[in-house]
Amino acid sequence: MRLTAQDLAVRRSGRRIFSGLSFALGPGEALTITGRNGAGKSTLLAVLAGRLKPEAGTVTVAQVGEATLSECLHVVGHRDGLKSPLTAEENLAFARDLLGAPTASPRAALEELGLGHALRLPVAYLSAGQRRRVALARLLVCRRPLWLLDEPTAALDAASQDVLAGMMARHRAAGGLVIAATHQALGLADAQDLRIAAPAAPAAARSMAAADEVWW
Amino acid sequence: MRALRALVARDLALAARVGGSGALSLVFFLMIVALVPFALGPDLNLLSRIGPAILWLAAVLSTLIGLDRLFQADEEDGSLDLMTGSPAPLEGVVLAKVLAHWLTTGLPLALASPLFGLLVALDGRAMAATALTLLVGTPALTFVGAVGAALTASIRRGGLILAVVVLPLMIPTLIFGVSASESALGGTVPFTTPLAILGALSLIAGVIGTLAAAAALRWSE
Repeated sequence: MRLTAQDLAVRRSGRRIFSGLSFALGPGEALTITGRNGAGKSTLLAVLAGRLKPEAGTVTVAQVGEATLSECLHVVGHRDGLKSPLTAEENLAFARDLLGAPTASPRAALEELGLGHALRLPVAYLSAGQRRRVALARLLVCRRPLWLLDEPTAALDAASQDVLAGMMARHRAAGGLVIAATHQALGLADAQDLRIAAPAAPAAARSMAAADEVWW
Repeated sequence: MRALRALVARDLALAARVGGSGALSLVFFLMIVALVPFALGPDLNLLSRIGPAILWLAAVLSTLIGLDRLFQADEEDGSLDLMTGSPAPLEGVVLAKVLAHWLTTGLPLALASPLFGLLVALDGRAMAATALTLLVGTPALTFVGAVGAALTASIRRGGLILAVVVLPLMIPTLIFGVSASESALGGTVPFTTPLAILGALSLIAGVIGTLAAAAALRWSE
């Protein structure tokens, strides 16, 4: 698939988060989104996932047939979409049935991430890093061409980061796209980098600048 | 279809796994019904006359239990984002979730109501009639409630707002539910007339509630 974003601008609660962002990704390409805390990295991912409407600009996809953008993507972010009372296997089986296009069984996906032993454990018993790995295993149970990852290495140990890097490399080799908001190197070879510039002004100056806009 | 079946199965499993709100709303139902005889005194004639109304009132109130978590729980942990990314339409997702919720709250309530009818001195005929009206009418309550649940999904303490928004909309169902149960005990109106209206209310709520709740979820995004 091919993803193009043109002149994206987002405003939330009256405050301009960013504007004028453009990029284009073709099959097998990757994009890392960097910027300081609060710059709008997660917001940009939310726009790409279709959960937020941009104030201006467009996001278009091509070469995906009749699927809409939200049907082409996986999101792994801070809200991991896992139900604590259910086991890792049940969570993954549910995601697979819900999203369609199954590729790997929950067991195979978990083993890939080194969590085969947690198959029958309720997710509530898992640590933050293990939960994140279960969420990442969702990327493997069904095939979707675009991966949106919000700080995917948060809480991951070094070995799991390597596994994730391997997963992303294979996904890209198969023509998939990866967009990741991150503060760390993810091991994405020749990825484009999109740096969201800060709106420049520190907090005090910004509230002065915002005085001419109506918001409270 | 497979996606929606998975969703229903997951919500049923969740309801069973954590004790769920289903059992809780049933206990709440029992509490309200049990409190009434204490408040009114042991006047069996009075109790059996207002019994159907009490059962219906208790049903309306206990429907609210757990309803606030219907979409909120999924909104908080990101499952809702997963569902909007599903090839299944959001309306289907809402329908599946409401169905699962009704199966774990409304249905047990209707099935248990004959038992609770004993507490308010209903005779067998009235018990059967009330149980039947609850069976037909509680889907309307759940669907109407789902709209409120969708509207308050992203509000941290939305339970009270939900009750305020939703209770007035439940009045028609309450009126026809009680009048159907009472017409079974005699009177000029045949039992089937209010029952048919009750069924119609459930069907209308099913359509409008599903569309409205899906629209509310989209709008809040």
